[in-house]
Amino acid sequence: MFGVGGGTSSYQEVEETDCVLLWGSNARETHPIFFHHLLKGVHRGAKLIVIDPRRTTSAQWADIWAGLDIGSDIALSNAIAHEILAAGLEHREFIEHATSGFEEFRQHVATWTPERGEQETGVPAAVIREIAHMFASAPRAMICWTLGITEHHNAVDNVLALINLALLCGHVGRYGSGLNPLRGQNNVQGGGDMGAIPDRLTGFQHVENAPLRAAFERVWGVSLPPKKGLHLSGMFDAMEHGEMKALYVIGENPMRSEADQVRTRRLLEGLDCLVVQDISLTATAEVADVVFPAAAGWCESEGTVTSSERRVQRVRMAIPPPAGARDDLDILFDLARRLGHDWGRPDSETIWNEVRSLSPVHAGMSYARLEKEDGLQWPCYDERHPGELFLHSRLWERPVLEPRAPFHVLHDEPPVDLLDADFPFRLTTGRRLAEYNTGVQTGSYASPTRRGETLDLSPEDAARLEVRNGDLVRVTSRRGSLETPIHIDPALRPGLTFMTFHFPEEVATNLLTIDATDPVSGTAEFKAAAIRIEPLRRSAAAESARNAVPVRRA
Amino acid sequence: MDIHVHGAAATEEEREAVDLLLGAATSGWEGASRDIARDGRSAHGGRASREQRDLLLPALHAVQDRVGWVSEGAINYICQRLTVPPADAWGVVTFYHLFATEPRPLAVAHVCDDLACRLRGAERICDQLEGELGPAGRPQRLGDGTWMRSPCLGLCERAPAALVVHAGPVRETATFGPVGDALTIARALEGDTTELFTAPAVRLAALRRSVPQAGSAGLRLLARVGAVDPGSLDAYRQSGGYRALARAIELGPAGVIAELTASKLVGRGGAAFPAGRKWEAVARAAETKRYVICNADESEPGTFKDRLLLEEDPFAIVEAMTIAGFACGADSGIVYLRGEYPLAEFRLRQALVAARGRRLLGAEVDLTGAGGGFRFDIEIRRGAGAYICGEETALFNSIEGKRGEPRSKPPFPVEVGVFGKPTLVNNVETLANVLWIVLEGGEKFRAIGTAESSGTKLFCLSGEVNRPGLYEVPFGSTLGDLLELAGGVLGGRPLRAVLLGGAAGSFVGPDQLALPLTFEATRAAGSALGSGVVLVYSESADLGDALVRIAEFFRHESCGQCVPCRVGTVRQAELLGRLRRRTPLGDRAQEMALFAELAQAMRDASICGLGQTASTAIASGLALFDPFQPAPSQAEPS
Repeated sequence: MFGVGGGTSSYQEVEETDCVLLWGSNARETHPIFFHHLLKGVHRGAKLIVIDPRRTTSAQWADIWAGLDIGSDIALSNAIAHEILAAGLEHREFIEHATSGFEEFRQHVATWTPERGEQETGVPAAVIREIAHMFASAPRAMICWTLGITEHHNAVDNVLALINLALLCGHVGRYGSGLNPLRGQNNVQGGGDMGAIPDRLTGFQHVENAPLRAAFERVWGVSLPPKKGLHLSGMFDAMEHGEMKALYVIGENPMRSEADQVRTRRLLEGLDCLVVQDISLTATAEVADVVFPAAAGWCESEGTVTSSERRVQRVRMAIPPPAGARDDLDILFDLARRLGHDWGRPDSETIWNEVRSLSPVHAGMSYARLEKEDGLQWPCYDERHPGELFLHSRLWERPVLEPRAPFHVLHDEPPVDLLDADFPFRLTTGRRLAEYNTGVQTGSYASPTRRGETLDLSPEDAARLEVRNGDLVRVTSRRGSLETPIHIDPALRPGLTFMTFHFPEEVATNLLTIDATDPVSGTAEFKAAAIRIEPLRRSAAAESARNAVPVRRA
Repeated sequence: MDIHVHGAAATEEEREAVDLLLGAATSGWEGASRDIARDGRSAHGGRASREQRDLLLPALHAVQDRVGWVSEGAINYICQRLTVPPADAWGVVTFYHLFATEPRPLAVAHVCDDLACRLRGAERICDQLEGELGPAGRPQRLGDGTWMRSPCLGLCERAPAALVVHAGPVRETATFGPVGDALTIARALEGDTTELFTAPAVRLAALRRSVPQAGSAGLRLLARVGAVDPGSLDAYRQSGGYRALARAIELGPAGVIAELTASKLVGRGGAAFPAGRKWEAVARAAETKRYVICNADESEPGTFKDRLLLEEDPFAIVEAMTIAGFACGADSGIVYLRGEYPLAEFRLRQALVAARGRRLLGAEVDLTGAGGGFRFDIEIRRGAGAYICGEETALFNSIEGKRGEPRSKPPFPVEVGVFGKPTLVNNVETLANVLWIVLEGGEKFRAIGTAESSGTKLFCLSGEVNRPGLYEVPFGSTLGDLLELAGGVLGGRPLRAVLLGGAAGSFVGPDQLALPLTFEATRAAGSALGSGVVLVYSESADLGDALVRIAEFFRHESCGQCVPCRVGTVRQAELLGRLRRRTPLGDRAQEMALFAELAQAMRDASICGLGQTASTAIASGLALFDPFQPAPSQAEPS
């Protein structure tokens, strides 16, 4: 937020806040550990509002669930903001002293009445009002979100729409109030913090800022490219245009996880050189020229990880990697040496100390402290700094330390893949509790809740299409087509369908998705494809269920 | 919630029963029929509906009362209404033995075959029923009812006893005892359940049998029994009712607690904890939301005192709870009542309605009409057949809609009780004493009884005595005194043993007739007063059968939470079965050593009193009369 990529709050705060606005996240299934923290808050009395097109199992815990149309998040946010202002619930002091651009924002949302909000989102105006009042009048409130916000072509605008609401009510920069993207893996935060994003060096230092870049050049003894690099979608575009001919993939499976898989395969196979470094032979590794078997980061190597609450924690080697697999660092050092750069063999602590010397927010985090204090939350500027529970407390200093937090005027934009008579159903995607992404980490474990890939659809649509659980259908988008069994899910309303990417070998969902991407973040619009559904044949199971008496409990 | 007891749906009748309790469902998410225009866009509830979790047992009762059993469809519907995961609810339903999860006829006769009833012919009645109606639990051959064996119904003075329940839009119940003939029960199953409303004269005659002292001078706890109409608030007030509350208001909360402390009253439920200390701790609790619970889950085999107090003097308990609420600063009272006590529930409900009508309960309890009262009201929660729920923390879990498994202590209930709030839990008889203490003062109360056991005590005499029933005597009376009051051993037979304190108590022999029935004397004699059970066995009784029955009782009632008790009660029952069949594993000495080890493990490592006392009665019986000694003819040659 506001220049650094991290959630502003701590897990402890979500346990003690008064209201959680969970937007575009089925955290109960996708972030179950975080959801435990959230439930502690709920059990303590916090209100929970869930905004999601589906009535997910997270929504079942909510005081209010609002089932908006896919991609209407900005419209809903604008309408909520309108109601907050109309009811006089905004935090005037905070707006005046800590923000900028309020007047333009106020004028913009003046036309966004809850009734207009209902028209654009499908959420009843009365419910929009309730949400506005519950969020704005909570003494402390936080907004948490996941890919329902960011896997859209206008992802950054969606995030800004949530920030607007927090600024309006002063729900940021204080204990129990904040803005929190929930991270998908144990160390997504750490990856970003270390600079594995196109425009930042370690510690979120912008690569195009010459003095910052110079510090790194001094320590590394090389000159660095002065321009930011490409994000993932940009890389695929560069491959398309023949500008990128070699790719080194570490711990990622784009062959399965990228939208529009037909194109992904074509581009990866067209590279001059594809190197994959992973703990298992992924679909991407299978088409690679070179594969480096890697040690598992969580148990076979030394280092740190950083959680969604910016907490850096030590990871220790519990077991040696299996024969042939090597620590990521080993592989990188050897590769560097072969390329003519001998980096020696520094251990993880030496490398970490270099991070501390270059990244001010990590400077105070010695290995000894990380061990003794059960991890530390950045920023942690020196060895006496205890780390910060939450970010942006500066917004509450008077006079505020510049820069102020800006409001953004945001326009509602529907998903790129429009519905029409040929493609009348909206397909959205997500994850299920027992599975993880493309199944690389979870596919080898048994789960009693695993039922394979299905197209989930509402009871009403199932009745209209005359299909029952398990029946096979053909699903077709403007990009591809596949066959899958269906599953009837009352959490969906007519017109809305759902799939996951968990079983790419059986059902390659990303044949259907669209690679329309956000211009800033480069995230593809996985959450909104237009499809049609054609029943194929009845499953044997569904057929026998038709005639069977109810099965007794086992 | 995601785990479902497959897709079974509730019947109209089941939904109606639940809706009568909870109100109609307002959305498809809560179980109303799906209206996609409304339900597809928003849902409300979450926390608000989850906080109704404590209505799980009442909702299950509503269904069972209506249709006679609880189907999976009904469970699914209740779970949707209350946002409880069905797998969780399934754990609750199956915990309580009164809930049937298999189809069961509307009419069910629960026939007690427990300790007291089996001394008075319960097995004969069961045999007859099997002959007349077919095996227990199956629909009877003619008609729609069924009969089942039941643990102690708390009707021991009327042994052998039975409880007949007719499910339907209005549940009807009737108790029978002594049952002379199985035909009575067969007829009741066919619909003749008018017993609740029989003519006053008949009712009084029955009552005189249950409380032989009724109407005698000098009774305190039983003073109104048989003399004052339990259904009339006016009659209660004319007989001195609500004078104690008036006095309590004069004394003020601290004054009431001071009198209670001075009285040295200790709990009458079995644990004998000083009541004054409990009240004071709750009154001093940091949290201001507090609860007063009347523990009326009287399930100790052989105990029926609380039932009779609630049936015959319900206003006294209401008044005493009101005083407790006043003194402890609690505005909510709960009576946790045994599921097997329909008449007590009926009378208590009547009393609550009457008291609310006169502003003796409610938002402002106002005795004089002068205003400035305090808030206090009482609700009844019905148990569902689980002995363990008499343990106070298990009782909290049961009220909260969970399996009745005891909690670890500390924290103690006075700090963290029901719904996590400071809670005062008192037994019915304990509360009945409070009225006298407030009226007369603690010092005067203390003058009755002995130095360490103040006041009077109710004793439940049953088994082989001439006049079984409820007796009130001052502490200090001996076992012999009580037997004399009850007319001596049935048929003038020689006395063999007395079970004091019920299944969790212990046996004493005929040499203990001079034993004063006080807490201190029974403790010194290695026994315990417990809940006041005096169950009499003559020389002709089958004591081996009694020990096996006690073991089976604990095996059935162990909640299963602590391993030593869950496994130990099973092993103990198996062991006694082997001794009874004279087929020991190894030799008898090995069995006795194993028994001692089991008893020790349960005593040391169970978190609640059930496991800790599951062996005491049996151990005392084996020491006293060992019915499993090899008969002389079968003795091994030496």
